[in-house]
Amino acid sequence: MEPYKKHESIAALMNRSNVDTDQIIPKQFLKKVERSGFGQHLFHDWRFNDDGSDNAEFELNKPAFKGAKILVAGDNFGCGSSREHAPWAIADYGFNTIISTSYADIFYNNCFKNGILAIKVDKEQLDKLMAEIAANEGVRFVVDLENQQVTTPGGNGFSFEIDPFRKGNLLSGLDDIGLTLKHVDKITEYEQQHKQNFPWLWA
Amino acid sequence: MHALEYAMKKTMYEKIWDSHLVVDVAGQAPLLYVDRHLMHEVTSPQAFEGLRLSGRKVRNPHSILATMDHCVPTKNRDLPIADPIAKKQIETMAENCRENGLNLYDMKNPNNGVIHVVVPEHGFVHPGMVVVCGDSHTATHGAFGALAFGIGTSEVEHVMATQTLPQKKSKTMQIIVNGELSKYASAKDIALAITGKIGTAGGTGYVIEYTGSAIRELSMEGRMTLCNMAIEAGARAGLIAPDEKTYDYLKGREFAPSGQYWEQALAYWKSLPSDEGAVFDATVTLDAADIAPQVSWGTSPEQVTGVDGVVPAPESFSDEIKRQACENALAYMGLTPNTKITDIAIDYVFIGSCTNGRIEDFRIAAEVAKGTHVAPGVTAIAVPGSYHVKQQAEQEGLDKIFTDAGWEWREPGCSMCLAMNGDELTKGQRSASTSNRNFEGRQGKGGRTHLVSPAMAAAAAAAGHFVDIRNL
Repeated sequence: MEPYKKHESIAALMNRSNVDTDQIIPKQFLKKVERSGFGQHLFHDWRFNDDGSDNAEFELNKPAFKGAKILVAGDNFGCGSSREHAPWAIADYGFNTIISTSYADIFYNNCFKNGILAIKVDKEQLDKLMAEIAANEGVRFVVDLENQQVTTPGGNGFSFEIDPFRKGNLLSGLDDIGLTLKHVDKITEYEQQHKQNFPWLWA
Repeated sequence: MHALEYAMKKTMYEKIWDSHLVVDVAGQAPLLYVDRHLMHEVTSPQAFEGLRLSGRKVRNPHSILATMDHCVPTKNRDLPIADPIAKKQIETMAENCRENGLNLYDMKNPNNGVIHVVVPEHGFVHPGMVVVCGDSHTATHGAFGALAFGIGTSEVEHVMATQTLPQKKSKTMQIIVNGELSKYASAKDIALAITGKIGTAGGTGYVIEYTGSAIRELSMEGRMTLCNMAIEAGARAGLIAPDEKTYDYLKGREFAPSGQYWEQALAYWKSLPSDEGAVFDATVTLDAADIAPQVSWGTSPEQVTGVDGVVPAPESFSDEIKRQACENALAYMGLTPNTKITDIAIDYVFIGSCTNGRIEDFRIAAEVAKGTHVAPGVTAIAVPGSYHVKQQAEQEGLDKIFTDAGWEWREPGCSMCLAMNGDELTKGQRSASTSNRNFEGRQGKGGRTHLVSPAMAAAAAAAGHFVDIRNL
């Protein structure tokens, strides 16, 4: 995983709530056995017309949002299935930051495993950010994870909360499994106890 | 009550959490031990790849049970899979399981079926366990009083390598459903009514425990249906306290404790239910008698109403976001406000899935389908959740009832629940479906899904539109 660095990027606007993982990456693309290459299918059913051409009506197809790394979206983003293909597609497309009021649990966890910073803001803050983008499409925000700050040219900057463990992993690009395996003795010890307490699980 | 005494009262979730905590140190997410790891072909290949690349091994192969369900064809099973990418995914699954010594019920195995149908059939999940799967409907197994939740593929890899998961403790929500369900209202209707009431984000951050007399009355199958859809309300997991029904269901199954261990396990299971006076962070109450058979009208499981209701008008929502969502949903669904639910005509009926693909679901649907015939222009398919369900149904003659009524009787799989295997709606087609999600395109691009119970689906197949089964 790439370490997350401070960046200034275009913020794309997706003013919809309950965007589900079936939309983020439709099921016809879940059959691959690799992790890469999902970006081309991100939001496929909204993004492309039946003949495969770009749907000009779809917000992310706006030229002003080309190259955006920040996605500003409505409530309960990423609801539905557990498919990690959703954050894989989002990251592969080029986003490394999402800003919304709320996320579905599994999706939220999956983001941080893939170098995506999912920032939670309150409704009022989200409305301000959305209004700023709507009034000035192509506007660039600065995201500084180290200092937990987002700044915008329109003065709608804010600081955000994040779990210190998640923050550390994003900043270092560290692998979770390696961290957990530092506790392998504790795991083994737990298992020994578990075998005594619940012998039928090991019979 | 003294503060200390008060603090000692635990919910079932807290009991399971506490007993599975391996490491809890400052600055790190607590590590939770995982007892059972369920797998299917879609969310696992990249996890095996990661394991291989890092030179790590599966820590406890016996904790894993795998099946193939999402991509498998539900007819012409003897022929090679036509879709080359799906075929590769299936082959990769078989290879990964072979290489790591995992128990796999592959497509030809008589135990094959949808993971969340197969696992209970073999008694692989018990009360008090922590259970994970790269699948959001893992919540199903909460019906046994196990803490069961969906995880992403990175976490699948994590569990394989370490048998643990870094987890944040959830809040607890108690949903009390008292009273008696009306005739033909089912666990599915309770699940949809709850999602309608609290919304798809209503349970976010919570583990739900379902309690109350209407929950106790549900069969194990019904409890699985209800817990299965906890995720549709945004919850991490759903739980139901184990009781005699749970123990009776488990006894004698392949992976259930036996001999000397049975009594020991039973004693432990009986210690699991939430203590009287345990405090939940939130409580929601429903009266079962008020729950009419439900029909979803929109593109989110919270957009649902009773069969005696109408399609709502966007203006009826005071919340701006909900109003907009209603407008978008009606446009996608091709519906006009104030249309009676019973006036909505359907083209397709699907009975099956990890929500409603169990024997009880086919029994009730067959009871309704018996002596009827699928309406002109309607296609109806019955897809058992597993080969065991299929066999049981055939022994009871249910397959004959369906085929006599003009239904197709298929091989088991996820099928039209998410339409990955080729069973799908075409653009504009409208279904009555016993599955769990009515998202845009879920059952095929441009397809329009209405979520219902098996009995409602069977009645709609015969009539060609929704009908209030309470009046049949």
